[in-house]
Amino acid sequence: MPLLEAAGIRKIFGKLTAVDGAALTVRENEFHGLIGPNGSGKSTLMKCIAGAEVPTQGKVRFINTDITTFTPTERARAGMSLKFQITSVLPSLTLYDNILLALQGHCSLFDLVFSRSRRQLHDQVMMMLTQFRLADRAFDAAAALSHGQQQWLEIAMALAGKPRLLLLDEPTGGMSLEERRVTGELLRPIKEHCSLVIVEHDLDFIRDICDRLTVLDQGRVLATGSVAEIQADKSVQEIYLRRA
Amino acid sequence: MPTLEVNCATADMAEIAFAGQVSRARRVLLIIEGLVLIGALVLPVMLHDYLTVFATRVVILALFALSFDLVWGYAGIMSFGQALFFGSAGYGVALLARDLDITSILLVLPAGTLIGLVFALLLGGFLLLGRHPASMIFVSLGTLTGAYAADRLARGWYYLGGQNGIPSIPPMTLGSYELSEGSNFYYLALGLLVIVYVACRFLVRSQFGLALAGLRENEQRIAFFGYRTQHLKAIVFAIGGAIAGLSGSLYAFHEGFVWPNMIGVVVSTQVVLYVLFGGSGTLIGAVIGTAIVEGLSFWLSDNYRDIWPIILGVLLLLVILFRPLGLISLVLTERERVGSFAAKAQDKKRAQHHAAS
Repeated sequence: MPLLEAAGIRKIFGKLTAVDGAALTVRENEFHGLIGPNGSGKSTLMKCIAGAEVPTQGKVRFINTDITTFTPTERARAGMSLKFQITSVLPSLTLYDNILLALQGHCSLFDLVFSRSRRQLHDQVMMMLTQFRLADRAFDAAAALSHGQQQWLEIAMALAGKPRLLLLDEPTGGMSLEERRVTGELLRPIKEHCSLVIVEHDLDFIRDICDRLTVLDQGRVLATGSVAEIQADKSVQEIYLRRA
Repeated sequence: MPTLEVNCATADMAEIAFAGQVSRARRVLLIIEGLVLIGALVLPVMLHDYLTVFATRVVILALFALSFDLVWGYAGIMSFGQALFFGSAGYGVALLARDLDITSILLVLPAGTLIGLVFALLLGGFLLLGRHPASMIFVSLGTLTGAYAADRLARGWYYLGGQNGIPSIPPMTLGSYELSEGSNFYYLALGLLVIVYVACRFLVRSQFGLALAGLRENEQRIAFFGYRTQHLKAIVFAIGGAIAGLSGSLYAFHEGFVWPNMIGVVVSTQVVLYVLFGGSGTLIGAVIGTAIVEGLSFWLSDNYRDIWPIILGVLLLLVILFRPLGLISLVLTERERVGSFAAKAQDKKRAQHHAAS
């Protein structure tokens, strides 16, 4: 049984059809890359899955539940997490508070008001920050981080709630080569407990980290399969890989 | 793993340095709060009776300002209709006193608080609990319209006294003791202000306060962490309404009458000015802002009878232009306004000890 199953997703903005009947299936503990040329509908499909956009048509099933009409909050509580394309850490809060904010998202109102989990969550906050190599900046404002570090912080925040599925929209955008390499290193260990859907332009990064790929072109799925299958696919080579 | 050890040691040093910064900032805040409290406690001893009456009004309005600061300064909900809860509670307790002879402090203050809470729940439910998050413009215009409509309703409704409002409200009572304006009323209002202030401080420094900071900074983002953002907003809005209701009921009994302005746009705008002038998102800024704006209005209207509103307007503009974070930003850092929510060192030690055992 797949973890995520999106079928016949269609999203229309006015006269523009951004996604036109796309499908995506992600298995447990799978790293799945979503690639395609600019404007092929990758980010829109991702947003439809995450609940940031409501699809005009189509169904999204997650852990055997139809979540098509779920709000982002309900999806997060079901075990789905998203990192936006544009970094959206909370800039004036410290890194520590950013992570704590993400960690306590599932706490009850009573626990929040009486700060019942603050002490228990401290170790988890520091562990996440250490894991993402940000512990020495824990008490700086997030705005003071470099772009690459902000991306790491956001991935750490997205992972804080221990999601079953993490959706990453261009996690290495604007990063140096070294930062991309580190990002790959940071992501690999999460495979034990989490599946990943990743939208990315850096094909080397995608090839390096993903098990399967789905290629989108003009809102439609052009091909889906293992990295080797996609690399061998003639139509993909024609429209996409050749350009890269 | 030497790298990890070095990393942890650096993190510990950063934590110690940060804890030092936070405790310094909190010490400054505590000194300001202490000075304001001491000043407020000795005021009636130093003032003429008529000035004590004025000071009581300021204390009640400061309580009202806290309600707006909580809603706007902490949760980022722009309520341009906060007077709706202040005024409706005022009218509510005035009717209780006029029609049912209920003046007991033990009944009227809870009743006023409840009226503010219920009205805020009704309006907040309508404005904030839609399928999709409401925009700031929608909420500001919605609350403004609510206050305007309530003002018009009060002016046109004979039962509520129309344009004249409800005059000659009897004094509040505690058993057989009548609490009329003067130093006793002042200390009652001050006591309630301190209690509400401490409760708000507890709330905004809790993990709930961190959720509010997230709400204020990026509501859409925190929804993806699993927060029920609209519920959080409705809860804060309702708490704000309850505090406004408490202050409105005190105001009604202190002034001895209620009138339509109290429920409308004028007072709603006034409370926005108090908080912006003093500094939003700090609580103490709202109290200081109210005292300065009201004090200045009082003094200017006495000394510059014809042009005092112009002078006051220019002063407010200057502060908002050059100190957008309010007067309190002269002494308090941005960090205090934003808040910091890490557990205290002794709490962490206790947690580690608990984990070890």
